[in-house]
Amino acid sequence: MASVIEIRNLHKTYHLGSTIVRALDGVDLTVAKNEYVAIMGPSGSGKSTLMNIIGCLDVPTSGSYHLAGQPVDEMEDDDLALVRNRQIGFIFQSFNLLPRTSILRNVELPLVYSGISRDERLDRAREALRKVGLGDRIDHQPNELSGGQRQRVAIARALVNDPSIILADEPTGNLDSRTGQEIMALFEDLYQQGQTLLVVTHEDDIAEHARRCVRLRDGLIESDLAISNPVLTRAQ
Amino acid sequence: MTLSQRVNEWTEAVAIAGRQILAHKVRSLLTALGVIIGIVAVTLMGTAIKGIDTGFTNSLDMLGQDTMYLQKWPWGDVGDDWFKYRNRPNVDIRDADRINEAIAANPDSLLRLAVPSKGRDFRVKRDDRSASGVYTEGTVADFASMSTADPVHGRFFTHIEDQSAAMVAILGYDLAESLFPEGMERAIGERISIHGYKFTVIGVLERQGSFLGLMSFDRRAIVPLRSLQKFYRANWGDNIKVAAKPDVDMDAAEDELTGIYRRLRGLGPDEENDFELNRSAMVEEQLGPVKSGVALAGFFVTGLALFVGAIGIMNITFVSVKERTREIGTRRAIGARRQAILLQFLMEAVSICLIGGLIGLLIAFGLQSVVSTAFPDFPFSFSADLVILATTLSIFTGVASGLAPAWQAARLDPAIALRHE
Repeated sequence: MASVIEIRNLHKTYHLGSTIVRALDGVDLTVAKNEYVAIMGPSGSGKSTLMNIIGCLDVPTSGSYHLAGQPVDEMEDDDLALVRNRQIGFIFQSFNLLPRTSILRNVELPLVYSGISRDERLDRAREALRKVGLGDRIDHQPNELSGGQRQRVAIARALVNDPSIILADEPTGNLDSRTGQEIMALFEDLYQQGQTLLVVTHEDDIAEHARRCVRLRDGLIESDLAISNPVLTRAQ
Repeated sequence: MTLSQRVNEWTEAVAIAGRQILAHKVRSLLTALGVIIGIVAVTLMGTAIKGIDTGFTNSLDMLGQDTMYLQKWPWGDVGDDWFKYRNRPNVDIRDADRINEAIAANPDSLLRLAVPSKGRDFRVKRDDRSASGVYTEGTVADFASMSTADPVHGRFFTHIEDQSAAMVAILGYDLAESLFPEGMERAIGERISIHGYKFTVIGVLERQGSFLGLMSFDRRAIVPLRSLQKFYRANWGDNIKVAAKPDVDMDAAEDELTGIYRRLRGLGPDEENDFELNRSAMVEEQLGPVKSGVALAGFFVTGLALFVGAIGIMNITFVSVKERTREIGTRRAIGARRQAILLQFLMEAVSICLIGGLIGLLIAFGLQSVVSTAFPDFPFSFSADLVILATTLSIFTGVASGLAPAWQAARLDPAIALRHE
């Protein structure tokens, strides 16, 4: 099976005044297509740094990173923007939807930056919203929706460009547990449909929905284990 | 980078700017205040300068663009040379005939006609109505061909009336209006008195307006020279008006007339002119400093207002960048290039400036309409190049004030921006 993410000997160091912080200190990680991976670790483990690099929001100090076959570790800023646009669907803890903007416009946004025509954008955004069960609310604004619905809008936005990976950062962190379960059920559906998912979380019961769990500690991968009996939540 | 991506970046930037301004209407309006004032200032300055130009051209037409005034004194300020001019001999209006002879003797002459003119302010009465300080000009029948105003009622006097010193008068429009409020067409054939001498009104001149807003050409009377000389013989205001042929070089015409008159005066080659040839072009030079004064004041106010406005817009755009750091992070994460973010905030600043510019233009247009209604004589003119100038200035101010904050926004690290609270 083709690997979507291939990371070799990844280092990231920060200079905080005179001290050098080794946020990542030689990470190797391969994720194949249609894997469902949870990334865990305490704060300061390098989890956020790894997520930023996988999400092409940051570049490594050294080491190599191939995303969907493309070497992205030494790309220029504009090219990284293009990779984020085409290959990665982001889902954030606090949804990060644009206020005072219809959810249709929110979901359409990645396609704006892809240079897709307005008619096609709207068609695809409607389709993505239908997939997450919000097809009848396209004209609502984010503040008219519940937290769970907002996160579903964000998922639709992440899906609309048909990305290679979905990268979710604490996707249920701002939701109550029942709504969180709904979101995880949606993730399960996406996984069943062949999507590659990476979920960064510090909650074990969220990680247990994945098929594989990568734990970081002190900038290194501490463990990388398959989850033998994942929690299967299906949408009602 | 495809064209469609660029197009989308621009349309998105415009859409965001529109939404942002609508979401913060009061804030945007207050921010645009400096630009509004600046654009009002520049537009009013422009209209004023244009107005001066237009009024000036109209006024010059009253003098006659092809007419030279042979006089003792130059127009305008004589300064320290006062005595030099004072000691010159008065212009002898009988020289008009001699100039006409010289013109007739030269088939290549650039000159057409010389007419004598003398005059003074007199009190003009009609029954119990009177007007004081009416410039009464005595001239000959030939003057009709170089007058810049034609009669609206009646006619000019004839050679016979001129030669026989007939007591007939032609009135300026405003004078006729004030003496004959019942209708100036009724003035023809009526009797008036000038300086106590009875005249019959034979014509009323069309309205000319005021000369540079200073003196009225419509408050005057024209009578035959000989009639005027019955009661007014002083010669210090005498002059000879000389018309050039149509469309000739006025400088060459002036040279020819200078030569003719120097001969008549018997001036030797070393002697200076002891007379003055005044023409409308000389007034233009006098008006230059007025125009540049208006322009300087206008540019100063405009520059100051736009500078203050630009600082305000820069400030509010910095605030906007700060407020929307998370949004910037989100947009960057889903694929917006730095340039798209830069464009977004630049467009916001430019839009505020353009709206300010538009409001400024509307205010200036309103002010101008009010002023033109209240003072119809004030020569105001509003034109397309002022709109273009105002728009260009607005865009320039927007770019200048938006660049620093937009650049800051574009340089933000997306990963950090996303975590911004």
